[in-house]
Amino acid sequence: MTTTMIDSVTMFRRDLKHALRYPVMTISGIGTAVLFLLLFVGVFGNALGADFLPAGAGRYIDYVAPGVILMAAGTGTAATAIKINQDMLEGIIARLRTMSIARMSVLTGQVIGSLVRTLLSGILVVLVAVALGFRPSATPVEYLAAFGVFAMLTFALTWMAVAFGLATKTVAGANSLTLILQFLPLISSAFLPTDSMPAGVAWFAEHQPYTPIIETLRGLLMGSGIGDSAWWALAWCVVLAAGGFFWSRALYNRPRGA
Amino acid sequence: MSAIEVSGLRKAYGKHTVLDGIDLHVAEGTVYSLLGPNGAGKTTTVEILTTLQAPDAGSVTVAGHDLATDPEGVRRSIGVTGQFSAVDNLLTGAENLQLMADLLHLGKRAGRERVAELLERFDLVDAAGRIATTYSGGMRRRLDLAMTLVGRPRIIFLDEPTTGLDPRSRHTMWQSVRDLVAAGTTIFLTTQYLDEADQLADRIAVLNGGVLVAEGTPAELKRLVPGGHVRLQFSDPARLEHAAVRFADGTRDDEALTLDVPGDGGVGTLRTLLDRLSHERVEPDGLSVHTPDLDDVFLALTAKSPTLYTKDGVR
Repeated sequence: MTTTMIDSVTMFRRDLKHALRYPVMTISGIGTAVLFLLLFVGVFGNALGADFLPAGAGRYIDYVAPGVILMAAGTGTAATAIKINQDMLEGIIARLRTMSIARMSVLTGQVIGSLVRTLLSGILVVLVAVALGFRPSATPVEYLAAFGVFAMLTFALTWMAVAFGLATKTVAGANSLTLILQFLPLISSAFLPTDSMPAGVAWFAEHQPYTPIIETLRGLLMGSGIGDSAWWALAWCVVLAAGGFFWSRALYNRPRGA
Repeated sequence: MSAIEVSGLRKAYGKHTVLDGIDLHVAEGTVYSLLGPNGAGKTTTVEILTTLQAPDAGSVTVAGHDLATDPEGVRRSIGVTGQFSAVDNLLTGAENLQLMADLLHLGKRAGRERVAELLERFDLVDAAGRIATTYSGGMRRRLDLAMTLVGRPRIIFLDEPTTGLDPRSRHTMWQSVRDLVAAGTTIFLTTQYLDEADQLADRIAVLNGGVLVAEGTPAELKRLVPGGHVRLQFSDPARLEHAAVRFADGTRDDEALTLDVPGDGGVGTLRTLLDRLSHERVEPDGLSVHTPDLDDVFLALTAKSPTLYTKDGVR
């Protein structure tokens, strides 16, 4: 166990150096989330807020910001999947496989790196949202819980992204698969309440993983009701994280070639 | 004790058989070369021996560890420099070596000392702080080998270590291999260059179409093909005819106007031949000595493979 941790930290340091020397992927992940924030607050904000939010629901930016903040967790997955996919094509990983090191550290190092980068992206998106007028009403404990929700989702999505990166043969394929994670929030309660949608879409939006997670975050930051969303959020994150982890492990340990 | 012991090794991808029952025995502290044309199964063999691929059948022991039951033991004993550069492109030379030292848990001080030592030994001190993408082919290969050596492995696998290198870098690589063997390391080397195997290897196995077609020391292999000869070159058919009648054991080529007379090319046999030439009044325009080399062996043994000299061919 300790070897796994030591080796993971070593691999995390490698990932950190990569991110500093080749920051484009990290920046584009943050950029996508910020762009959505500007699009929905600046471009659609007035129209959507006035027509679709129930009366007394408050300002649209306060409604939409939690969802877009969580989008940052999704957009960060592209960098992770691409990075893993590229790595597997490089000779260095073949070398590591022939060495007596903690096997999973190649992946866990990447997961820690992605986690750190995406959490920083999330904080940056929050700051942009605040600059645009987002005013959370959370207490310090609620802020901490909100951070926990974001970290939990990021952890789960990162493991899925690692599996995507391992499962695909090309960088383009890896990137395409993560589009599911990146754009799934578009059909959720992120931008509008689900009851404003047609029945079929509303059903999907209510039952997909992002919605309970968004509702939980919104509840913590804005004081809207959470209900059983927190349990659903937790369940989804555990399922996604475990699924991603075991899928990744199976893919990484399968023999090459064939 | 033997460093590598392989028997009945088989590997197929679907219906395509890559290795069809290979037996290898590599003695400790020697250079063993696996020689073969592109697509013969060299890289597959190395990938199986280094735990990257699982064999379909056969038993493999590396450094006394059974590959099937103790792959970690194998990994602890080996170092691999693959055919494709196994360096981290976004890290500097020093960081690449440090990464190896950290993953091998050498400890802070010992790790740093080892990194400095290897940078010095492979002439990479000046380039230590530069990112690997800026390295030349020869420098990358040196860094690659240096990374393999960080953990002082007892057995080193070199998969086509000089493919694509310029002559100077090739000789540097050869010297490194000789230094390693002198220090007691076992080297398992694959190559498609005959002179490389001839220069470095204690024993050579020729792999063709998934089976070993020959195995032995370079000298033993050379004995497998017909001996050397002296080639006499003539300027007109009449003179060739004149010579051919007098040297009945020669092999004549009427188009090239040459006559190959058997002989090992030694000074004694040459002197005898020259005396006989003047005695018989045979006056060739030119004379050249041909000793059998591994090329002859290789071409004779792998004759069915037309891909032999396509160096950039698909594998």
